[in-house]
Amino acid sequence: MKKWNLVVDVAECTNCNNCFIACKDEYVGNEFPGYSAPQPLHGHKWINILKKERGRYPTVDVAYVPTMCNHCDDAPCVKQGNGAVIKRSDGIVIIDPDKAVNRKDIVASCPYGAIWWNDEYKVPQIWSFDAHLIDHGWQQPRCVQTCPTGALKAIKVTDAEMGEIAKSEGLEALRPEFNTKPRVLYKNLHLFNKVFVAGEVLATVDGVIDCLSEAAVELHSQGKLLASARTDEFGEFKIDGLSPRAGACELRVSHTGLDPISITLSIEEESVVLNALMMSR
Amino acid sequence: MIFSFALWALAAILRLYAWRSTELLGTMSRKDFVAQIRVKDGSRGRWYRFTGGKLRSGAGIHPQADVVIQFKNAHLGWQILMNMSSGMFDFAYVVLKPFLDPLLLTNAAKNFAFEITGPDDLTLHFTTILNTLLTTHWKQGVRLASGEIRYVNQTNGGPVFVHVKEGKIVRITNMEFDDTDAGPWSIEARGKVFTPPRRTTISPHGLASKSIVYSNKRLLHPLKRVDFDPNGERNPQNRGKSGYVRISWDEALDITANEIKRVRRQHGHGAILNSHGSHHTWGNIGYYLSANIRFMNSIGHTKMVLNPDSWEGWFWGALHHFGYTMRMGTVEPYGQVEDCLKEAELIVYWASDPESSCGSYAAYEGTVRRQWARQLGIDVVHIDPYKNETASWLGGKWIPIIPGTGPALAHAIAHVWITEDLYDRFYIENRTTGFAVFRDYILGVEDGIPKSAEWQQSETGVQAHVVRALARMWAKKKTYLAAGGKGTGFGGANRSATGAQWARGMVCLMAMQGWGRPGVNFGNLTTGAPLDMQFYFPGYADGGISGDMEGTGDSVQNYQRMPHLPSINTSTQKIPRLRIPEALLEGKAVGYPTDPKSLEGQFTPFAYPAPGHSPIRMMYKYGGSHFGTTMESNRLARAYQTEDLEFVVNQSIWNEGEARFADVILPACTNFERTDISEWGSAGGYGHHNFNQLNHRVITLQHKCIEPLGESKSDFQIFLELSKRLGLSAYFAEAKTEIQWCREQFLSSDLAKAVSWKAFMKKGYYVVPPEHDPKNRAPTSMRWFYEGRKKDVPDPSPLPSEYGETYLDGLQTQSGKFEFEASSLKRFGQDPERPPVNRYIASWEGRSSGEIFVRYPLQLLTPHPRFSFHTLGDGKDSILNDIEEHRVLIDGHYYWVARINSADAARRGIENHDLVKLFNDRGAVICAAAVTERLIPGVVHSAESSAEYQPMGEPGSSPDIGGCVNILTPSRFMTAKTSGSAPNSCLIEMVKFHPGGRAQ
Repeated sequence: MKKWNLVVDVAECTNCNNCFIACKDEYVGNEFPGYSAPQPLHGHKWINILKKERGRYPTVDVAYVPTMCNHCDDAPCVKQGNGAVIKRSDGIVIIDPDKAVNRKDIVASCPYGAIWWNDEYKVPQIWSFDAHLIDHGWQQPRCVQTCPTGALKAIKVTDAEMGEIAKSEGLEALRPEFNTKPRVLYKNLHLFNKVFVAGEVLATVDGVIDCLSEAAVELHSQGKLLASARTDEFGEFKIDGLSPRAGACELRVSHTGLDPISITLSIEEESVVLNALMMSR
Repeated sequence: MIFSFALWALAAILRLYAWRSTELLGTMSRKDFVAQIRVKDGSRGRWYRFTGGKLRSGAGIHPQADVVIQFKNAHLGWQILMNMSSGMFDFAYVVLKPFLDPLLLTNAAKNFAFEITGPDDLTLHFTTILNTLLTTHWKQGVRLASGEIRYVNQTNGGPVFVHVKEGKIVRITNMEFDDTDAGPWSIEARGKVFTPPRRTTISPHGLASKSIVYSNKRLLHPLKRVDFDPNGERNPQNRGKSGYVRISWDEALDITANEIKRVRRQHGHGAILNSHGSHHTWGNIGYYLSANIRFMNSIGHTKMVLNPDSWEGWFWGALHHFGYTMRMGTVEPYGQVEDCLKEAELIVYWASDPESSCGSYAAYEGTVRRQWARQLGIDVVHIDPYKNETASWLGGKWIPIIPGTGPALAHAIAHVWITEDLYDRFYIENRTTGFAVFRDYILGVEDGIPKSAEWQQSETGVQAHVVRALARMWAKKKTYLAAGGKGTGFGGANRSATGAQWARGMVCLMAMQGWGRPGVNFGNLTTGAPLDMQFYFPGYADGGISGDMEGTGDSVQNYQRMPHLPSINTSTQKIPRLRIPEALLEGKAVGYPTDPKSLEGQFTPFAYPAPGHSPIRMMYKYGGSHFGTTMESNRLARAYQTEDLEFVVNQSIWNEGEARFADVILPACTNFERTDISEWGSAGGYGHHNFNQLNHRVITLQHKCIEPLGESKSDFQIFLELSKRLGLSAYFAEAKTEIQWCREQFLSSDLAKAVSWKAFMKKGYYVVPPEHDPKNRAPTSMRWFYEGRKKDVPDPSPLPSEYGETYLDGLQTQSGKFEFEASSLKRFGQDPERPPVNRYIASWEGRSSGEIFVRYPLQLLTPHPRFSFHTLGDGKDSILNDIEEHRVLIDGHYYWVARINSADAARRGIENHDLVKLFNDRGAVICAAAVTERLIPGVVHSAESSAEYQPMGEPGSSPDIGGCVNILTPSRFMTAKTSGSAPNSCLIEMVKFHPGGRAQ
């Protein structure tokens, strides 16, 4: 049985908001009986793009994470709905706009906060994978159709095939600890939930300070090598994908003909930025 | 005989179609009258009497005909009737085509061999009946399995499919092509083959069109200011303050037409100013450069001169080194996509954020190409005060720079190249002049100050070692310079006091690296795609139906292909757009022209008022609001309240911004509510081959998807109604409706050879096949110059007289070479701020401004907005308001976003999404703070072009909550001898704002 999945590549999202706009365009002012009541003009974000800046000026990056109903296989909303929320055989979760009237309780059942309460129609609402379009032969939901970078991909495969794809591409759930078996999986999520250690290495040559390229950078923790990198033309390095709260680490920088340097640092909640590491003979 | 038969047949067909078409019957039922068609000498003719929708007809001449259509002779009459009816049936057109003469009607009309006489409302009514007969069976749109009809339309952000059910727009999507549409091009680079997807992309403001169409800010009825009485008290001092009362279309049009007549009689030539925005809709017919100009030329108007506001530094500066005046000093856009992918090793993005600015109207077409470049391992560097979206997405080194200091960095890069011998000496010797003078300036031979990496450090904030690393990497690798959003020009850095210096610096750097060498060029993959450059379809500035030979590109192609009456504005009076307030308040203004013909055209100033002309007494405002795009915008509010301005009419779609300063408001509809025709991204005369930013050329019939909302009318229809009151309707419309003008554009283009009108009209779009064969593609920009050959790219500029010796040989400069010391500026010699050799002169408003900088220590950057386009899409209670990078909802109001570095915010006690007041001596704007690490300290980043202007108190002198940050920017021109805007040279302070009105 082939089922729908959505893959979100965090590295490819530029926050253009086309997915958000397409979702608004599709549901605001439109009623799709059996699928969805109209979405309010303002306030609801059925597709909600989270933002996270890491590091500090000027060594900073930003991750955008489109989130939406995860169409979980073990969905708390389906249990809570008691018939008002259905899980279709193609994996899509639908909150029945008629049966779910006045069921505000369903909103709180979602640990992801992906269910929105519509005050006008008194119904809980989600992004339904555009099931009404899929059922009319659309090959992909609108957020995918309009995404300029391919950050969003809709894949209809068997669960076994999806498992293989998830493994080979390193896909993960946004919050695996919720244990809801989401059908929306993320790639490059480390840009959002991990931290980096980055810095700039300089050297003085003939009395002039210059960027030092090709310096070897190693990050050690409790005597073990965690990761390594090389500096680029601007003397910069970035070691990414580190777990927050990793604790005390040692950064070693070496370069042929220069005295190696070592810095102890502590990785807490935020990324670590090291400015102007000077190497000399 | 055949003429008499045709007249008889007309009556028969009218009766038959009135029976079949409720539209035609409805039109015929509207008025009772008698029409006569005849030859001049009265020897042949037929009359048609309409009574309650019924038609009676008889041969001969009616003694009391209300409307008379008269031909010089029967032969001409037959020919014209055949020509006019040729579009009625598609199959007939194929048969009739050899007998048709598109020039016939125009020529006959010009010589009064074909005349329509009678009261304008009846002549127009009769031609409407005939036009309805001809077009009533034309079908638009494709029925889908879902029962919806799929229409096609075009926006500033890309072409769209519009799904409509029961007269209501259900959804608007980007296009996915079908199997019958032309396939895409491919580029082979470094062993890989790259092919763009078979779809169109779309910008946020295009995708949000439905919410913009159904906005609760739509003007649904004509309005009159409550305290405006054209026959009594006009109360101009209350403009912007008073409310409005609904009036009928007849009253609104009568007031407007009477005011046009009155000011012309009472004050004389030039008394009417046509002020218009750009790009609030899309389409070649209902456009500011089409229907608007045609009407304004018909009544005579003082022209508003546009400054090159996205090109400033390139136009006033860069072009003096290398020419390209027709492109406003930006670079010819050919072949860069293929060359960059095949050859380049580094792309330096300098004030360039294509993922936000989307080229010009080009949506995300370049995005996939930037992904290919990343796949190929082409390095990237970003120079920008803000770590913009492109930089954040692509990664690579971000070099934050203090706004306005780019030229100092450029000089320092040149210094590294000169001192380390990292430039193309052969090119310098053989393709350029004046390098020695430039070199001496850079080395400090003349002033004792070497423009070294260390020298620029305190100006730019970029550390010397970073400059050296950048300069070395740039010279070592084959480098594309992405200057500005499109990569080939534009860019926020050129819209400042040092904008001309910056753009000059950019071209000088490129010349040092052998500009035109494989892999060495301008671009960021936004433009220069391998499309068909020869397939002709008119762009938006090719004149449309304007007939305007001076302000549009009509004369270049469209006028030769689509016979139509020319229109000429007989008034020579002009006002620079950014000096409208001074013209109204002080009665005088001086501007420098945006003359694209030569390097020297921009040196001759023009003054308002023109000798012997009337000062402005009436303003006809058309299109989007100017508050958001006018520097020091409060000036405009004050100007509106002057008594000297006796009448203001505003033809607008939404009730926002400037509309609230009008005496009479005429409600126009959007391009989803009328029929139009256009090509995606095609600017015609405003940017030759502008469409080659796209992956696919898409020409669209912009279907009338829904009926106009409320009582709103198309711009064409409004102008036609006014024309009727001025006796101009036959001249204005040439007896054609909008859809018939669409067909004229279709027939005039190469599209008519590729697809039938009927099929095109139904499907609504056509994809022009690209150049599949690499040998047929346009050569790479400037390669000809690098190799010392004649120009070989399909760029018709510069004009022949601009070549010094032999046609197509060399650049447009006096020497024909790249001039480091610009001979045009040297000869001009009157602008110390633009010396012949580019020199660093610190901004007149910036960190070295002394006392002002102490009071206002933050530099304000106002780039083009990411989610809206000009004022389109912003405000209007649209869904774009819900995007937190655009506006933030605080206490029930959507505030404009102003970004600030976390350290600057902390110092001021400002937290994310606090309300803040941005202010200086020019005014104050209340915004929502967005605290970020992605911005250089000392800078506030807040886009220009808000649609709203909402003063909290007295317009023109109270804080604004609409987000009109241009209230704060200086109206001073870039340099004294230009009309270049410089909004990015602006100092402000920001404080936390407490809604009680008390800022602490």
